[in-house]
Amino acid sequence: MPDLHELGEAIKRGDRDTAAALTKAAIETKIPAQEILDAMVGAMDIVGQRFQKNEIFVPEMLIAARAMKEAMGLLEPILVEAGITPVAKAVIGTVEGDLHDIGKNLVAMMWKGANFDVIDLGTNVSPQKFVDAVRTNNAQLVGLSALLTTTMPAIKKTVDAIKGAGLDVTKIVIGGAPVTQEYANEVGADGYAPDAASAVDVARSLL
Amino acid sequence: MWWNQLLASGPVITDGAWGTQLQAEGLPGGTCPDQWNVTHPDRVAHVAAQYVAAGSQIVLTNTFRANRVALATYQLADQLAAINRAGVELSRREAAGRAHVCASLGPTGKMLLAGEIAPPEVLAAFTEQAAILADAGAEALVIETMAELEEAELAIAAARTTGLPVVACVVFDSGAAHDRTMMGVTPEEAARRLAAAGADVVGANCGQGIAGYVDICRRMRAVTDRPLWIKANAGSPHVVDGQIQYEATAAGFAAHAPALVAAGAQFIGGCCGTTPEFIRALCQEIRR
Repeated sequence: MPDLHELGEAIKRGDRDTAAALTKAAIETKIPAQEILDAMVGAMDIVGQRFQKNEIFVPEMLIAARAMKEAMGLLEPILVEAGITPVAKAVIGTVEGDLHDIGKNLVAMMWKGANFDVIDLGTNVSPQKFVDAVRTNNAQLVGLSALLTTTMPAIKKTVDAIKGAGLDVTKIVIGGAPVTQEYANEVGADGYAPDAASAVDVARSLL
Repeated sequence: MWWNQLLASGPVITDGAWGTQLQAEGLPGGTCPDQWNVTHPDRVAHVAAQYVAAGSQIVLTNTFRANRVALATYQLADQLAAINRAGVELSRREAAGRAHVCASLGPTGKMLLAGEIAPPEVLAAFTEQAAILADAGAEALVIETMAELEEAELAIAAARTTGLPVVACVVFDSGAAHDRTMMGVTPEEAARRLAAAGADVVGANCGQGIAGYVDICRRMRAVTDRPLWIKANAGSPHVVDGQIQYEATAAGFAAHAPALVAAGAQFIGGCCGTTPEFIRALCQEIRR
């Protein structure tokens, strides 16, 4: 009997091969896809919590997410078959003028780990491109990142464009080194995430 | 090293921020600051001149992003040589023998651990940049704001090929006490590994204000004999009436300098948000 607890443990320690083998075994023994998925997402939640508590750092989070991705790749066809869809569609990118994507990539990774469907627009994304992507994908969530104090004003421009386009139901989460809760309030963003793990909590609380 | 003579008479004052100073000179958001070396040389020179006038014994160069990988994100890789060369020349012209010119090398912006870039590409990018900076007359190479030790180690290896002295700094901005790098590395491990990789001076910059760097500096001092280089931010940025302001004042910043010196720092300056006024205050505090 494949052990979902062990699958979670393998993801937490970033053991890609074991995570894949246990996922395969779980699928073969017809464990419901939702249960397998819950085990994976639950493991990533614990990884996120440990990151927030400073018990682990980016490297540990990265390898856990890599193991999760591997396992998720195997599970995806089964999820589709079972009609299980991602919990939310999320559009993410760095704002216009900002070319620094390390933070944005970490958030995208953790959102995928929480079973969000993440549409990554990359770096230097114009407000209009965000608006178009939100509309085309019917996204419930947008993640905006800026690393520099100089590019931070583009967050406000983007929030204004999205809200101004009548896409008020879409929740906007912002983050990046110079960004604060204070700034999120000022520009009218729905949430602020100080780090990639918190971005999952903030997004869930908004959805 | 040429700086031994300077160090013999006490801590050496380096310079303050370039990025935030160039913004004050009118650099628009989203523009590559390094490109200004060729498009707005007088404004870049003005930043260097202000630091020299404020008392900086070492000024850096506006070449932080001028490696092939980072410049490519701005579509500027074809101007790499001109940008680096002009960066060194502008600082040298303004220093005019009154300050030493050390060239700045910042990160590629891609994470090795995440597989965004491979080590040979990082090594090649820094080797290329270091050779141009050295040829243009830099007196030392300063590898700064590194979040990943592995990238810093590759940059050190690249910088050493020039024969110039090498300074290597990482950013401490993570962990409950802000005493870890983004990757969870401690001050002890960072100091040991930067020195083992061949850096002549090791240290830290950016990421937090000066108060937090006192203990980090002490911990680095405990594990290495290399001189220590510290450039802290002017505290944290805050939004005031839609404008970004850093919380520390020049006097408040400089008030921590004696503790930093006591903790073993020998090269002291400032990073984001610090200005020529901060350098002037540092000089007064340390020289009195």
